[in-house]
Amino acid sequence: MILASAGNVLVWIVWVAAAFACLGSGVAVISFSNPFYSALALIGNLGSLAVLYLLLSAEFVAAAQVLVYAGAVMVMFLFVIAYLGGKADAPWTGQLPVQTIAAIVASGALLVEIVVVIAGQADGHLSKAADITDAFGSPSQIGQLFLTDQLLAFELISVVLLVAAVGGVILGSHSREGSSAKGDDARA
Amino acid sequence: MLGPDTAAYLIVAAFLFTTGALGVLIRRSPLIVLLSLEIMLNGANLALIAFSRHFANGDGQIFALAVMAVAASEVVVGLGLIVAMARKRLDLDVDKLSTLRG
Repeated sequence: MILASAGNVLVWIVWVAAAFACLGSGVAVISFSNPFYSALALIGNLGSLAVLYLLLSAEFVAAAQVLVYAGAVMVMFLFVIAYLGGKADAPWTGQLPVQTIAAIVASGALLVEIVVVIAGQADGHLSKAADITDAFGSPSQIGQLFLTDQLLAFELISVVLLVAAVGGVILGSHSREGSSAKGDDARA
Repeated sequence: MLGPDTAAYLIVAAFLFTTGALGVLIRRSPLIVLLSLEIMLNGANLALIAFSRHFANGDGQIFALAVMAVAASEVVVGLGLIVAMARKRLDLDVDKLSTLRG
């Protein structure tokens, strides 16, 4: 009993630390003027989200989050930011344009709406989580789901990734052709 | 379930989603708009995984992995477009990119 409550306190501490790191780095991403710092803050955001996934016993998704997102996707982001020179936005002029005020009001309304809905259900459907076995969220369970019940989703994901790869190659090679043609013109 | 209820995770997910939405709406650099989009997708992912744990049903985690794959594809295409814009010497400012012709 004492052991269980000590474990509960530990989980709470980890949860509070991860949740605040997650929200703080999320706000940091949209408030840095230099995209390079924003990308670094997003890596922190993804890492603390992986901790939250572990607390929800989604081990495989947490591992995939760190490997695919914080690893591969963010390295690609950092390469592009380094390639473009990471130019900062123009500094804030001290006055809020109408567009910014409307954006803040819209997202604040969205937040209030979601929180009210969740709070309305907090004592009802959301109070008691179902019991799970140790295998929940393990790679073997995910793999089994992907190859049996969710086979169509698995195949669709592979098609989406193929289309994105082809699109990336076409976008990259097209602009290279354009610039080399311009170079030929200049030489002629 | 040790630690906070599912509702606490959902509140964090809601905050993340609205932070990302705010970033998409107010930032002008297309790179930071893409980064904010990633925050929105991750807020949705957190809600999916919280519900997956709540109902002890693995399908939510499958959906979260699918969202991750779509986010990776979206980053490939988005960054390709940004690099193509930079090669054409266009301003990297979403307020100034108002026509489809380069």
